[in-house]
Amino acid sequence: MPNKPLIEARGVVRHFGHVQALRGADFSVRQGEIVGLIGDNGAGKSTLIRILSGTDRPNEGEILVNGQVVRFNGPQDARGAGIETVYQDLALAPDLDAAANIFLGRELLRPGLLGKLGVLDKSKMDRLTGDAMARFGVKIRSSTEVFTLSGGQQQSAAVARAAMWATSAIFMDEPTANLGVRQTEGVLDLIRRVRDAGTAVVVISHNLPQVLEITDRIFILRLGRTVGQVASSKASVDDLIRAMMTGEFRGEMT
Amino acid sequence: MIGPAKPIGGPTTAPELPRDESDGGSSFKSPLSVFRAQSTTIFLFLVLIALAAFFSVLRPDAFPTPGNAINMATNASVLLVLAVGSTYVILTGGIDLSINGVLVFSGVIAAMAMVALGGDNPLVLLVGLACGTAAGIAWGFLNGLLVAKAKIPPLIVTLGTMGMSLGFALLLTRGVDISDVPDSLVLTVGSGRVAGIPILVIITAAVFVIGTMILAYTRFGRYTYAVGSSPEACRRASIDVSGHLIKVYTLAGLLSGLAGYLSLARFATTTLGGHSTDNLQVIAGVVIGGTSLFGGSGGLIGTLIGIVIPVMLLDGFVVLGLPPFWQQVAVGAVLIIAVYFDQLRRQLRSR
Repeated sequence: MPNKPLIEARGVVRHFGHVQALRGADFSVRQGEIVGLIGDNGAGKSTLIRILSGTDRPNEGEILVNGQVVRFNGPQDARGAGIETVYQDLALAPDLDAAANIFLGRELLRPGLLGKLGVLDKSKMDRLTGDAMARFGVKIRSSTEVFTLSGGQQQSAAVARAAMWATSAIFMDEPTANLGVRQTEGVLDLIRRVRDAGTAVVVISHNLPQVLEITDRIFILRLGRTVGQVASSKASVDDLIRAMMTGEFRGEMT
Repeated sequence: MIGPAKPIGGPTTAPELPRDESDGGSSFKSPLSVFRAQSTTIFLFLVLIALAAFFSVLRPDAFPTPGNAINMATNASVLLVLAVGSTYVILTGGIDLSINGVLVFSGVIAAMAMVALGGDNPLVLLVGLACGTAAGIAWGFLNGLLVAKAKIPPLIVTLGTMGMSLGFALLLTRGVDISDVPDSLVLTVGSGRVAGIPILVIITAAVFVIGTMILAYTRFGRYTYAVGSSPEACRRASIDVSGHLIKVYTLAGLLSGLAGYLSLARFATTTLGGHSTDNLQVIAGVVIGGTSLFGGSGGLIGTLIGIVIPVMLLDGFVVLGLPPFWQQVAVGAVLIIAVYFDQLRRQLRSR
């Protein structure tokens, strides 16, 4: 492969008491690609994402960022490594405006004494939010409260926030669940633009036709193990379902 | 450090989005906007003006006078100090019922400290202030700890600490008011004036302005709204939600302590039994002022109006010679209407 994986998981094991959530999962994503992560309920997708985004820790196995083994002791460590996650619930504060949400937990303060007193630099945050929205083609004003946005727009705002801060990768859990057709198209376009900008994107989804449409590669998890990865252009929905259910894949595995 | 830094194509590379995505720019026209916080505040302000006009027309000799205005401002001042703290608490989605108990307790501590020290000089007054606010801070911190760390519902926590603080105040005084308050406190903070304006009102105005600035312009204020709007979003953003809640309840305690000191100065006694409905009046004022009981939206300008409207109603009824008990009836009805509209707004949102 031309470029090395940006983020890689090797032999990740995670158990909760007697429950084996992950029994040896492998995963990788390179710069400028969209990777799908699929599997039946309980296959370990969410656990793997939680581990890669720092909210959970593996019992065994290792995580590599840019070829270096890393240990995430919390989401802030993953964030420090340039990894952002968009959860299904979006984690937006509905009463706050778009700019306040984009900068939630990362507020910019005014320079000098005012900053020491905790005074926010609202105009700068508004401007940077406007810039980011323009860059990703998201038509949301910085001053718009999030609760006034449609579902698709809220999803776009959450993706734009992740894209603004991610320097290496974005994980997205069911990014188009509960969206209409047009809204889904808007969000998928946004995901492609983020990928084109050089950020690695990982999508978890149950919507297999959509996964085939948008991703470059797909990892298939079954019962906590990675059963294989496949180039999206060389797989069909039936192939994916068979792999998810039986662990067998007809055709080319990379 | 990892991977390519931005730059991400110019705006020209962004293709047109489907229509559905592009209506974000005009979302300020949404019908929800009539329920926005600013509109509520403007509406309340108009109600206040209408009330003032109504009473002024009926009693032009007695209502619209500087003396009456100062009287109303003085009556509103201790409540408003409490309401600044309560606005922060309610914005986080919490509630603080303990403010009246903490007020009385802090007043008792301040009075006892000043009596113990003896004498009547500025140092004694400052020690009283320090002891009173410290007592308030301690209760507020306890509230915050129990709400944020022990995860006990704020209604129960502060109901408990209300009883405890009031009970301790009665134990400390054996149920008898301490009226041995330094004269200079009563004559300056309590009833003194600067340029015709009561010092009590000036102190309250200062608290209000500082509280408003912090809420509107600082990260502390931003987190207060954010924690009330979505604690989960804050946690995901690595904001210390528990720590912020503790700070907010402690702030409410501090202001209750200050209010206790101001009450002591104003009435020249600890008024053990005189504040039993302060918490309800304050919460009613904050909610009438448009701050949502669900947290996340509202503000202090609304609170100011929400506190002044009941005070003006009471004053107006007295001036008109109506039974002042009508004020309680009117405020109760307005409170219910305010909460009804708040719920309506939430329902429209989650549609």
